[in-house]
Amino acid sequence: MVINGRTYDDEVEDRTLLSDFIRHQAGLTGTHVGCEHGVCGACTVQLDGEPVRSCLMLAVQADGRSLRTVEGLAGPDGELSVLQRAFTEHHALQCGFCTAGFLMTADALLRRRETGSISEAEIREELAGNLCRCTGYEGIVAAVRTAAQSPRH
Amino acid sequence: MKPAPFVYTPAPSVAGALELLADEDATALAGGQSLVPLLNFRLARPGVLVDLNPLTALDHLHVTGGALRIGALTRQATLQRSATVAEGWPLLTEAVSHVGHAAIRNRGTVGGSVAHADPAAELPVALTALDARFHLRSGAGERTLSASELFQGPMTTALETGELLVEIEVPPVGPGARMAFLEHARTHGDFAVAGAAVVLVPGERAAIALLGAAVTPVRAHAAERALLGGAAAAEAARLAGADVGDDHRRALITTLTRRALERVLA
Repeated sequence: MVINGRTYDDEVEDRTLLSDFIRHQAGLTGTHVGCEHGVCGACTVQLDGEPVRSCLMLAVQADGRSLRTVEGLAGPDGELSVLQRAFTEHHALQCGFCTAGFLMTADALLRRRETGSISEAEIREELAGNLCRCTGYEGIVAAVRTAAQSPRH
Repeated sequence: MKPAPFVYTPAPSVAGALELLADEDATALAGGQSLVPLLNFRLARPGVLVDLNPLTALDHLHVTGGALRIGALTRQATLQRSATVAEGWPLLTEAVSHVGHAAIRNRGTVGGSVAHADPAAELPVALTALDARFHLRSGAGERTLSASELFQGPMTTALETGELLVEIEVPPVGPGARMAFLEHARTHGDFAVAGAAVVLVPGERAAIALLGAAVTPVRAHAAERALLGGAAAAEAARLAGADVGDDHRRALITTLTRRALERVLA
């Protein structure tokens, strides 16, 4: 499979979850694993551009597919994306455990919509599948709103 | 938790999947949004997992002869974004928006929701209100069931070993139809406690299907008859909830049915 533009070729057990492949075999530990039953959203990654729960897919099912994880958001020189910068500006994280999942969910929303066209209600609806236990969500919603109004995302 | 060991087999074709599923120890994997949690908790321990995702022939959504035909592998997100569905069967568009969250609907399939038959699932209830027909296929041939024939209990359907749900057919509803789907869940996207799906063609057809009234979707026949006879929303809703034993659920179902009916009668 291809993750963040790089090809990963490895053998897995039939039962290996995609989340575990990403963390343990590809070594991309930015993707976090919370509940492992699809409730918390921490392990959300983009599969061919769409957010999915990596704990609810088998690694073997991603064979030949293209994935994007939180490590793929920043530019090649490490420059943070508009969304990532908005998260820091709005204090949209505290412990950071849920952050990668929120970023991958919000990034997919921003990518499929025009600048300035996303309402706060839509942002809240889209983020409803990700749980945060620190922030109370206000900072996260504000960050996504800022990024959604920014000309570059 | 991690799944117990199993043998993963991608389905080579629909016929090939049917052969593989004839094994008592085999389970079909569609979108995986309900099955993989069960595997991770080890509540399900199949010996063989037959992955239906390669079966693109089952991933289709089109209208033939006025009826909507939903391939079993159609993603819930595809159903939700379909303009054809929104125009002719808006009940499905509204119901599917309550299924999990966006990331769940990107993988979850319509056929998976139906075959899993969770009593709290929205799509089986909406399809029950729409008189959907369920096309099953096995090595022995095909058969078509109604909702009341298919849904037999919590997580239990009439699907037999070696049988696969391949398509759901939703008949045309007719011009002037009004529809509404309302539910109550403790938090948005969580499992629904109660819900009501209503379809009304004034003077012709009234369908009310309930979520949470029983362990399967059920039609509120007495309320439907009353509605066609000219009963007001509140009276039909009272009849819809009358047989629900639990006080809390009865109150929810009565209120949700009344609100749904008020919307379609407005």
